[in-house]
Amino acid sequence: MMSHATRYRKYHPKLYRTRMPIFWWVRKWTNVHFITREMTSVFVAFFAIELLFLLRTLTLGPEAYGAFLVWLETPLALGLNAIAFLMILFHSITWFNLAPKALVIRVGEVRIPPIAIAGSNYVGWVVVSAALSWFILSA
Amino acid sequence: MEAMKKSNEPLWWAFFGAGGALSALCLPVLLFLVALAMPLGWIETPSYEAARSLVHYPLARLFLFALISLSLLHWAHRFRFTLYDGLQLKHLESLIVVFCYGGAIIGSVFTAFVLWQL
Repeated sequence: MMSHATRYRKYHPKLYRTRMPIFWWVRKWTNVHFITREMTSVFVAFFAIELLFLLRTLTLGPEAYGAFLVWLETPLALGLNAIAFLMILFHSITWFNLAPKALVIRVGEVRIPPIAIAGSNYVGWVVVSAALSWFILSA
Repeated sequence: MEAMKKSNEPLWWAFFGAGGALSALCLPVLLFLVALAMPLGWIETPSYEAARSLVHYPLARLFLFALISLSLLHWAHRFRFTLYDGLQLKHLESLIVVFCYGGAIIGSVFTAFVLWQL
């Protein structure tokens, strides 16, 4: 007879568990590679917010826009943006290389080789970069 | 809360994927031009009027909204799991979920507000 519904505990604080050190991931290169890839998202968000504040100065007037351009020239901003640039490049490269593993395309019986999918990603990257450069430099 | 989170999981993953792809394609060139090449004087910085005329196109503003908002949502999903796995913070799950997705949603609303004013 089931008089009580079974109850589950999500955590078992009384059970023995080994503590993981916070820096467990520095022991192996693959872990460093993994955590660096995950941390690129912080720089993606950083530049998205930077872009947002730049756009906001366009609503505030020429003085605000000029002040933002002056800030972009400070060593702090240049340093942060140089690091962000390298991290975002790492994001792009790891993203394009990973896509063929997530995306298996078959034409009939034949699987499109992963290198073709990665290759088309890089072609797309060049085309988008060229189009955006052309648009911005036309100003 | 638990049920809502579970049912929304594919949606957050779709935003993560779309934001990952769009940011990978567009952010390197934008960052290089706007935040490195222009401040360092390698290319000319557009004047206030020229910059405003660039974002005057509705399509440009729509693109910027998608780019900024999806980039933030990409961060939210990836950073959430980095905090879980990297720092072993599984017990702070609800707080992390609110901080990450909440932050990305507030950022997206603010982006829409700014672009609307342009």
